[in-house]
Amino acid sequence: MTSTTTAAVPPVAVTGDPARTPKKRGKGGIASAYPTWFYLPAAALYIVFFAVPTFASFYFSLTRWSLFDIEFIGFANFVQFFSEAQLLQGFLNTFAYGFMTSALKVILGLALALLLTSQIIARGYLRSVVFFPVLVSTIGIGITFKVLLDPFGGLVNESLAAIGITGPGWLTDPQWALFSVALIDVWKGVGIACLIYIAGIVAIPTEYFEAAKVDGASAWKSFRSITLPLVRPATATVVILSLIGGLRSFELIWATTRGGPGFTSDVIASVIYKQYQAGFYGLSTAGNVVLFLVVTAIMIPISFLLNRKQVDA
Amino acid sequence: MKATRVRATVVGTVAVLLSIVVFLVPFAFIFLTASKTAAESSSLAFSWPQEWAFWDNLVAVLSVRDGIVIRAFVNSTILTVGSIALMVVFAAMVGYVLQRKTTRWNPVVNFFVLAGLIVPPAVVPTIWVLQGLELFKTIPGMILINATFGLSFCILLFRAFVSTIPRELDEAAIIDGAGSLRLFFRVVLPLLKPVVITVIVVQAVAVFNDFTGPLYFLPGDENATVQLTLYNFQSQTLSQWNLLFMDILLITIPPLVMYIFFNRQIVAGMTSGAVKG
Repeated sequence: MTSTTTAAVPPVAVTGDPARTPKKRGKGGIASAYPTWFYLPAAALYIVFFAVPTFASFYFSLTRWSLFDIEFIGFANFVQFFSEAQLLQGFLNTFAYGFMTSALKVILGLALALLLTSQIIARGYLRSVVFFPVLVSTIGIGITFKVLLDPFGGLVNESLAAIGITGPGWLTDPQWALFSVALIDVWKGVGIACLIYIAGIVAIPTEYFEAAKVDGASAWKSFRSITLPLVRPATATVVILSLIGGLRSFELIWATTRGGPGFTSDVIASVIYKQYQAGFYGLSTAGNVVLFLVVTAIMIPISFLLNRKQVDA
Repeated sequence: MKATRVRATVVGTVAVLLSIVVFLVPFAFIFLTASKTAAESSSLAFSWPQEWAFWDNLVAVLSVRDGIVIRAFVNSTILTVGSIALMVVFAAMVGYVLQRKTTRWNPVVNFFVLAGLIVPPAVVPTIWVLQGLELFKTIPGMILINATFGLSFCILLFRAFVSTIPRELDEAAIIDGAGSLRLFFRVVLPLLKPVVITVIVVQAVAVFNDFTGPLYFLPGDENATVQLTLYNFQSQTLSQWNLLFMDILLITIPPLVMYIFFNRQIVAGMTSGAVKG
C-alpha cells in the first residue's frame, strides 16, 4: 500500500498541485497522506485486550464460572454482591475512599501550590520533595507505612507518645483502617495535584493581582476572587484524575491492610482480587462490572459538570 | 522589602522542616532499616544502626532464592522496554492521524480513547483472552497488556503535541515526494522527540512500578517482576525486615535516577497530559 502511494506522489509534485491526488477524501487530497490504517495496530491491541474482555465481562458476570465449567445463573452474582455484608461494605468503602482522597488532594494540593508559588526560600527543593513519592512503588510505600504506623513500636505512635498522645491502631483498628490508607494515598499522590495547581496558578496573569493590590484587596480577598475562580480547570483535572485513581484503588490497600481488619477496608477492587483468588471467577467479574458502573456513573456527570463550568468561566 | 525577605526565610524554613518530617523521614527509615542487621531491624525503631550491614544485606537480597531479585530486575526491564516501544510507535501513529485528519470517525476514536482512560480493565475476562491466545503467564502477553492499558494516555499526549507541528511541513514533504510512511517516520516522528521522551519517562515509571498487572497476568516465580518480589518477600521473610527494606530501596533507585535526569519531562507529561484528559 505504501509503495503505491509513494509512487503516486512524484507526478503530482511535478504538476505542482498537491491538492489533487488520486484518492480524495476528507479535507482535500492531502488527507491521503494520513492513512487510516495508522489506527490499525493500536486498534488491534485495544480491541483484543481491552474491548473484548470488557464486553465479555457483561456475559461472564451472569455466570457461575470456575476453573472447570461455566453455568449461566442470571443476576445471582449481583444479588450476592449487594446482599452479603462484606461485599456491600467494599462497595460503600469505594465511594468513601474515592471521595476522601479526592477532596484531600484538592485541598492540600491547592494549599501546597499556593505555598510553593509564593515568595519563599527553597522552593525548588520543596517541589521536588513533595513530588517524589508519586514516582515510588506503591507496594514499597505501603510496606514502609505499615511499619511506621505499627501500633506497637511504630515511629508515628512512638512520636505521638513522646508528646503525650496515645495514637490509634492506624491500620489495625476497624474504625481507622480505611481512613489511614486514604491518608497514605494522599501522602503519595498530593504531589501531582500540587503540580497541576502550580501550572494553573502560574498561568494567571500577574496584572490581576497587582490591580487587586492597588484596589486594596487583602491576600484572602484576592485568593477568593482571582485565584480560586481561575484555577477551576486545574481543579477539574485534579478531581477527575484523583477520582479515577481513587475509585479503582487496589495496590495500596492490598499492601497495607489487605482489606482488613475483617472487611473494614475492602474496596471493590480488592473484592475482585479476593474472589478471583478464591476461584469465584463469575463473582469476581460481577465485581468488575459493578466497578465499571460505579466509575462511569460518577465520572460522566462530574466531568460534564466541571467542563461546562470551565467553558462558562 | 526587608520584611518580605524575613517572611520568605521564616515561612520557607518552617516548610523545609515540615517537609523533612513528613516526606524525608519515611525514606530515611527505608535506608536505615536496610542498613541494619536482622536482629536490630526487627525492633522497627527509627534509629541509627549500631552495626552497619548495608553491603551484607545487599548481597543477601541479591542472592536470595538463586538471585530471584536480579532475574526480576531483568524481567521488569524487558517488560518496560517492550511495552514502551509498542506504546510510543502505535500511540504516535494514532495521535498523528487523529489530529491531522478530520473524518466522521474522529468522535468515535476520541470516545474510545477516553473510555480506555476511565474504564477499569475486566480482570478475569482478560485472563480468559490471554489463555485463548496462549499468552497467559508469558512476558510477551504482559507486554501487550501493558501497551494496551497505556495507549490512551499516550495518544492524548501525542495528539496535543502534533497540533503544534505546522501542516506546511507535511505539505512540503509531500511535494518533495515523501509517501505517508516516510512522512510520518522521517519527518513527523523526529519532531515529536520532546513528547516521545516524556511518554517514555512517564510510562517507564508506570510500568516499572505496576503491581496489579503482573499479579493477575504474570503470576509465578519464573517471570517474577520487581514489585512481585517485594510482595512475596513481605509474606515469606517476615523476620528479615532489613532484607525487605533493602529490596524497597533497590526498587526505589530506578525511578529516583529517572527523576534526577528527566525531572522536567516527567513534570510536563504528568501535568499537560492531565490537563488535556
